[in-house]
Amino acid sequence: MKAALELVDVHKSFGSTRIINGVSLAVAEGERHAIIGPNGAGKSTLYNLVSGRFPPSSGRVLLKGEDITNLTPFEINRKGLSRSFQVTNLFHNLSVYENLRCAVLWGAGYRYSFWHRLSKLGEVNARVEEVLERIGLARRAQAAAGTLSYAEQRALELGVTIAGGAGVILLDEPTAGMSRTETAHAVELIRQVTAGKTLLMVEHDMGVVFDLADRISVLVYGEVIASGPPAAIRASAAVQEAYLGTLGVTHA
Amino acid sequence: MKPSLRRGSPAQRNTGRHKAPLVWVVMAIILIAAPSLFPSGFSLTLLTQMGTLTIFALSYNMLLGQCGMLSFGHAVYSGLGAYVTVHALNMLGKGAFVTPLPLMPLLGGVAGTLFGCLFGYVSTRRAGTTFAMISLGIGEMVYACVLMLPGFFGGEGGISTNRSVGRPLLGLTFGPAIQVYYLVAAWSFISMIAMYALARTPLGRLANAVRDNPERAEFVGYDARVVRFLQLVLSAFFAGVAGALSCVNFEIVGAENVSALASGGVLLASFIGGIPFFFGPVVGSVIFVLFVTALSGVTKAWLFYLGLFFCVMVLYAPGGIASLFVMQFPVIRARKFGRLLAPYGAALAAGLAALAGLIGIVEAVYRLSDSTGGTRMVLAGIALDAARAPVWALSILVLVVGLVALRFAARFTQARWDAVQEELKAA
Repeated sequence: MKAALELVDVHKSFGSTRIINGVSLAVAEGERHAIIGPNGAGKSTLYNLVSGRFPPSSGRVLLKGEDITNLTPFEINRKGLSRSFQVTNLFHNLSVYENLRCAVLWGAGYRYSFWHRLSKLGEVNARVEEVLERIGLARRAQAAAGTLSYAEQRALELGVTIAGGAGVILLDEPTAGMSRTETAHAVELIRQVTAGKTLLMVEHDMGVVFDLADRISVLVYGEVIASGPPAAIRASAAVQEAYLGTLGVTHA
Repeated sequence: MKPSLRRGSPAQRNTGRHKAPLVWVVMAIILIAAPSLFPSGFSLTLLTQMGTLTIFALSYNMLLGQCGMLSFGHAVYSGLGAYVTVHALNMLGKGAFVTPLPLMPLLGGVAGTLFGCLFGYVSTRRAGTTFAMISLGIGEMVYACVLMLPGFFGGEGGISTNRSVGRPLLGLTFGPAIQVYYLVAAWSFISMIAMYALARTPLGRLANAVRDNPERAEFVGYDARVVRFLQLVLSAFFAGVAGALSCVNFEIVGAENVSALASGGVLLASFIGGIPFFFGPVVGSVIFVLFVTALSGVTKAWLFYLGLFFCVMVLYAPGGIASLFVMQFPVIRARKFGRLLAPYGAALAAGLAALAGLIGIVEAVYRLSDSTGGTRMVLAGIALDAARAPVWALSILVLVVGLVALRFAARFTQARWDAVQEELKAA
C-alpha cells in the first residue's frame, strides 16, 4: 500500500541534546495510526517536524511520496496535511464561525483575495455550516472562540483542523484534560470527521488509543521501539517494560 | 470606573446579517447636512479636518485594530502621498495635464501604495515589537530625507501650492472652503465604504486571524507575512488619499506631514475612538480634531488635556469611546437603560467637578509660567488672579471633592451595572 505519510530516518537535536534519534515510520493511506510513549519521548517534537514548525536536523519527511522536509507550515498545509494542537490554539477574538471560515478559505481557492465578499462565498459558508453541525457547535456559531468552555474549544480545535479538507490529519492529544464522558464523545467525533482520511495521533489515554487506532507506534527516547496492530503492541514485552508497565495498570 | 470590555472583533457579530445600508444612509446625511448645522467658517475648517482624519485613522486601524500591527510611522504614507499631490497640483498650475483636482486623492493613494510596497516589504517581515520598532525607524528615516532633500521636499518651509489653479470642473473651482469640504466628504464616504468592504473579504478576515494567532494562520495555509504585507499596502493607499486631501485643504505640505508627531496623532485618534470597532476611529477623529484645532484656540494646555484624556481612556476604557456605547446596547435592548441613568448621572457630575478643579489648577499653572501676560485670567466667564491663594484653594477643594465623589459614584455604577448584567443573564 502507498504511504500517505512517511518519515525516513528523521533526527532532531537542539544544541547537543538529541530529541529524535532516527525515526522511520510509514502511515498508509486511510490508516489511523497512534503514537504513544512516556513523557519526554519526543512525540510533540516529532509532530513539529512533520508539520513544519521546525526543520529536522537530518532525514526526510514525505507526504504522499512528495518531499516536504524543509517546507513551511503553510506550504505543508496547502499540500494536504493539517494538525491540531495539544494546547488549544485558536483565533480567540473571532467567532466560532469565523475560526472555521479562516480554515476553509485557502483550500477553497480564495487565498489572499480582497475582491470577494465573504458573505457571498456560498460553498465556503456551506462547508463552515457543515463542520459546525459535525462538531456540535452550531448553536455557538457567533460566540467568540475565547469565551468557549474547554470542551467546546477542543471541539473547535478539531473543527479548524479538519475544515480545510486535508487528507492527512495530525491530532495532538485530542482528549487531554477531558472527563470520561467528554472523552467518549470526542472519540466518536474523531472517528466521524476523519472517516476516509489518514490519521496520525498522539494520545495518552490508552483506552482511546486501543479503541481508535489501526496501528500503534511506541516512541521512547526519540526512537520507535515497536510498531504494529494494537494486539501485537499490547503483547510486546519491550513495550510492557518501557511504557505500559507503568501506566497500563490504570489505563488499559 | 467602567467595567472593562472584552476586546472583540466586529466580525463576531457580522455573519449573515445585513444592516450596513442604513448605516451608510445615516452617514451620508450627516456628511451632507453637517455644514448647514455648523455654518461658521471655523466649523467648516473643523469638519474638513475631521473628514480627512477619518480616512487616515480608519486606514491606521486596518493595521492596528484589524491586523494587530502597532505602527509608529503611518504618517509616512499620508505625508508622501501629500508631497506627490502638491507637486502634481503645481504642475497642474503650470498648465501640464496631470489629473483634475477631484481625482488628486487617487494619485496620493497610488503614491501611498507604492511606498507601502517598498517599506512594507521590510517592516512586515516580523510582527509585534519588531514591526513597531521598524515602523518608527522608517518614520525617522523619511523625516530625515525630507530635510536632506529640499529639492523635492522643500526643506523646513515645505512646499506650498494653490488648489484653484486648474480649469474649473462643472463650475467648481475648489477655491471656496465649502467646495473643499464636500470634496473631502465625498472621498471620506467612498473610502469608508471601501475599507468597510475590505474588512469583509478573505484577506480582511485573515488579517483578524493573523492578529489573534499568526502561528495558527500558518497552519491553515496562510503566510502571515503576506497577509500583513497586503494589509499594509491597502492601508497605505487610504493613508495616501488622506494625505492628498490634507494637501488640497491646507495648500501646503511640510516635514510635519511625515513626522512622528503626525504618526502619534493618528494612533491617539484611533485608540480614543476605539480600535476594536470599525467606526471607532471615526468617533476618535472627531474628538481629536476638537482637541487639536478647537481646544488649542481656547487654552495653551490643550496638549496636556489631550494626553490626560488618552491616559484615562487607556486605563479605563481600552475599547475606546465606541466600546462605551456598544456595551450599552444589550441593556437598551432589554429596556433596562433607565436603571443606569442615576449612576451615570452621578459619575458624570462627579467627573465634571473633578475636571473643573483640575482645569483651575492647570490653567493657573500655565498662567504663572507665562511671564508675558501677567497673572490675570478668565475661567468660565469669571475673572481670576492666578497668583492669589483663593483660586488655588478653591480649585484644589473642588478637585478633591470631585475625586472622592467619583470614587463613590464609580462603585455605585459598578454595582448597578453588575446587577443589571445579572438580570440580563437570567432573562
